[in-house]
Amino acid sequence: MRFSLGKLTLPLYAVLAFIYLLIPIVYTFVFSFNNSLKTNLIWRGFTFDKWTNVCQREGVCEAFGNSVFIGIISTIFATGLGTMIAIALVRYRFKFRSSVNLLLFLPMATPEVVLGAGLASQFFNLGVQKGIWTIIIAHIMFCLSFVVVTVKARVASLDPALEEAGRDLYANPTQVFWKITFPLLLPGIASAALLSFALSFDDFIITNFNAGSDMTFPRYVYTAAARGVPAEANVIGCAVFALAILIVLATQINGEVKRRKLAKVH
Amino acid sequence: MAFAAFGSANAPAAGKPTRSGKVVIALLAPGLAYLGAFFLTPLFALIMVSLEVPDPNGGYAEYVPAFEIGNYFYVISEYLPHILRSFGYALAATVLALVISYPLAYFIGVKARPWPLLQKLMLTLVIAPFFISFLLRTLAWKQIFSNESWIVSSLHDIGLLAPTQYVVGTPFMVIFGLTYNFIPFMTLPLYTSLERLDLRYLEAGSDLYASPSKVFRKVTLPLSMPGIISGTLLTFIPIAGDYINASGDFLGSSSTSMIGNVIESNYLQINDYPSASALSVLLMGVILVLVSVYVKKSGTEDLL
Amino acid sequence: MAKEFVARGADLELKQIRKEFPGFTAIDNLDLHVPAGEFFALLGPSGCGKTTTLRLVAGLESPTKGKIFIGGKDITATKPHERPVNTVFQSYALFPHMTVLENVAFGLRQRKVADPLAKAKDALNLVQLSHLADRKPQQLSGGQQQRVALARALVNRPSLLLLDEPLGALDLKLRREMQTELKAIQMEVGLTFLHVTHDQEEAMDMADTVAVMNLGRIEQMGAPETLYDRPKTVFVSKFLGQSNLLVGDVTSTSANSISIDVAGNKISVPKNRAEKHKGKIAIGFRPEKATFSSKKPTATSAKNVIGPGEVLDIRFTGVSNQYLIEVPQLGNITVFAQNMTHFAPIEVGAKVWISWDVENSFGLSDLPAKNVKA
Ligand SMILES: Nc1ncnc2c1ncn2[C@@H]1O[C@H](COP(=O)(O)OP(=O)(O)OP(=O)(O)O)[C@@H](O)[C@H]1O
Ligand SMILES: [Mg+2]
Repeated sequence: MRFSLGKLTLPLYAVLAFIYLLIPIVYTFVFSFNNSLKTNLIWRGFTFDKWTNVCQREGVCEAFGNSVFIGIISTIFATGLGTMIAIALVRYRFKFRSSVNLLLFLPMATPEVVLGAGLASQFFNLGVQKGIWTIIIAHIMFCLSFVVVTVKARVASLDPALEEAGRDLYANPTQVFWKITFPLLLPGIASAALLSFALSFDDFIITNFNAGSDMTFPRYVYTAAARGVPAEANVIGCAVFALAILIVLATQINGEVKRRKLAKVH
Repeated sequence: MAFAAFGSANAPAAGKPTRSGKVVIALLAPGLAYLGAFFLTPLFALIMVSLEVPDPNGGYAEYVPAFEIGNYFYVISEYLPHILRSFGYALAATVLALVISYPLAYFIGVKARPWPLLQKLMLTLVIAPFFISFLLRTLAWKQIFSNESWIVSSLHDIGLLAPTQYVVGTPFMVIFGLTYNFIPFMTLPLYTSLERLDLRYLEAGSDLYASPSKVFRKVTLPLSMPGIISGTLLTFIPIAGDYINASGDFLGSSSTSMIGNVIESNYLQINDYPSASALSVLLMGVILVLVSVYVKKSGTEDLL
Repeated sequence: MAKEFVARGADLELKQIRKEFPGFTAIDNLDLHVPAGEFFALLGPSGCGKTTTLRLVAGLESPTKGKIFIGGKDITATKPHERPVNTVFQSYALFPHMTVLENVAFGLRQRKVADPLAKAKDALNLVQLSHLADRKPQQLSGGQQQRVALARALVNRPSLLLLDEPLGALDLKLRREMQTELKAIQMEVGLTFLHVTHDQEEAMDMADTVAVMNLGRIEQMGAPETLYDRPKTVFVSKFLGQSNLLVGDVTSTSANSISIDVAGNKISVPKNRAEKHKGKIAIGFRPEKATFSSKKPTATSAKNVIGPGEVLDIRFTGVSNQYLIEVPQLGNITVFAQNMTHFAPIEVGAKVWISWDVENSFGLSDLPAKNVKA
């Protein structure tokens, strides 16, 4: 197909594709420096104000704080529960394996509106007041499967002989887990946790069905969208973006450095 | 990618199924109980609510348990356009995402192989949109294509758009937004399967089929099928249920409402829980049927 | 400092061990005794149950039936981390997240031995790797990793050291070097080594005692020379070196020897070198113990003769030639002869008689597969 059309077509195409992918990000960044008033629709000149005084705008920082809190708590639980399931799935043979796989697959194959409406109905039936904790319950639920997928890959690549070597060298099962299994799974668990946090932090649809009056950052943006989103929201979005990209780049560079070090030895 | 990860129902490498019963239960029980309580039971609750009828003695938004299958006929007849539109948009956006992603994934996964660091950087760029808030990036497109933007005024000037026509609020804009927002879900699985593609197959292919387009159809495409399958599923499903892009506050208008918008407004605004639930159950049902048919047809049954 | 590691090894005894996996019996009725301080090799083809045997001893697998004793103590039900046994794994299984030194110190730390790092350094000295103590295992070559694995096990001074094809991944040259080194270390520390391999040369070269394993049971056990000189079964005679086997009914018995008739040839074997003295038996001899000649030699009570046969093939291997000779009704016989001259003494197609000393014959307890029914 395309690789028949000259050597430059594909690289050029890739550049265009990346520009396309980056346009809204750049736009959001640029308008985080807009000296805007209430809304942030037209360019009114450059300013650092919105970055230095993010919290001046009512509700932005509170919503952000809620999102971080929800993200952290959900991530801790989803990562813990998901890691346990991942270990069980890879390391043990048991009867209901395929049913368990199906149960984990279904939440990923279910549209968010359905997940959100279902859980909301459940809370409604039980007479549970919606609030931060109902959001957290919802987030743990939809992050769980993603954690399992991520950690599972890591467990599968872990040589069982390492744990056996640990047992052979006088470590009891608990010590084997904490001294060998866990440190070796850690990179997988860490990326699962990051993924889980990112999913939770950015979720709007499920959150919206299960939130009370508490704002999260996406809910704040959604509510503000009708009348115009303030530049401070851009600031938060861009700061989170920058942090995430930094983490990703740091791990990649770290991995590359390690790879080169090894290459030098062999 | 994520879907395929569940695929290889890999029997444990050197699994030792000894006295493991208790350990397995201890490892699985908390997580599965959680999913049972907050995923399965809610689905069941959703089905129950979808069959409820208004409380004859109650007030607004009060319903009593019943077995009213009629709710389904009602929502189908009432919201058929929305249902069709959802799947139509989802289909269009998925195809677009596939067409845009494939060459990109091919470039990163195959052509850029000699430069692993570049590969990683490009992958970072692919997932970069994930890191900026979904809502903010959608709003950014709205501003870029807003009625006052230079893009739209240039389109007016050169006559591609009639003076009374705008971009935001049209099906085009909604499909554009949906495509953009879910493209990484398509590119990543494609990349994963293309990255594993053994280049020797391509060389062997050029020997046997000679023409590059034939090599592509006979070798590359079939070998990247797992990526295409999980990519299309990963994009199609969230798009079919999305209501942000099509919402009037974002890229759409009342004439682009999708099934997600109807569920949202019925549930959260007019509190017509049975209708919202019936639509949710329908959406879920259609998607499950599509997924299983699609998976069967394309021969990757080990997806589940 | 090597004295640090000198310890009395303990003996190992397996009694009537049976190990079943779902739908498959890997080990059946295995009896094995490894004397203390010995270098013991378990030799057998792939899949015969060697690794399974080691895993049973290490406690990583529990037997379906039977008991395991170390130093006279029944440890069948003991957990792996409570057994005085250490393993050098086939894949080394070095912990990738620890340095070489931490790897070696791991077992000492677990047992709360005083000054684990100093002892670990001594162990690294023993395997000549102290200069790489701070590296990560991935930064070592295969041979170095193998030595770290050895140090990591040795440092604990186990009563019994289990080695699962530790040299399997090394190239031939390094492998021979490591064999010498391993043997030297074993002599130095005096531990009991149970070494698993499917390389017969390695087993014969290193071990005091070799046990040949096949299909989950021990076929024969003894000093390498004994096993080679007097194999008792067809499997052992073929697995350790090459053998020519002749099958026939016992026709006469004298005070010291028995004879069989093979297609008109009388073949004898000393009584004390035959497992069976009656009925249909197989008699074998090694290719290098036979000679051939183009004139028929006279058979005596000390010499077996067969022939004439036709030379089918001559393979030049440097110091010697391998002659494949087809003897009608007896099949193909292999004879090795040193190349004493710069030309081959005979050519393909030549007619020759084959002879060997009765003393060098051996009588087996079973028959080759194709002869069992006939
Ligand atoms: N966990 C298991 N489940 C089922 N069968 C097994 C298991 N482990 C080993 N086996 C079977 O038991 C037999 C003996 O295996 P073992 O690993 O002991 O062989 P081995 O002699 O070490 O072979 P190799 O020289 O190839 O390492 C093999 O046929 C193997 O397939
Ligand atoms: Mg083995």
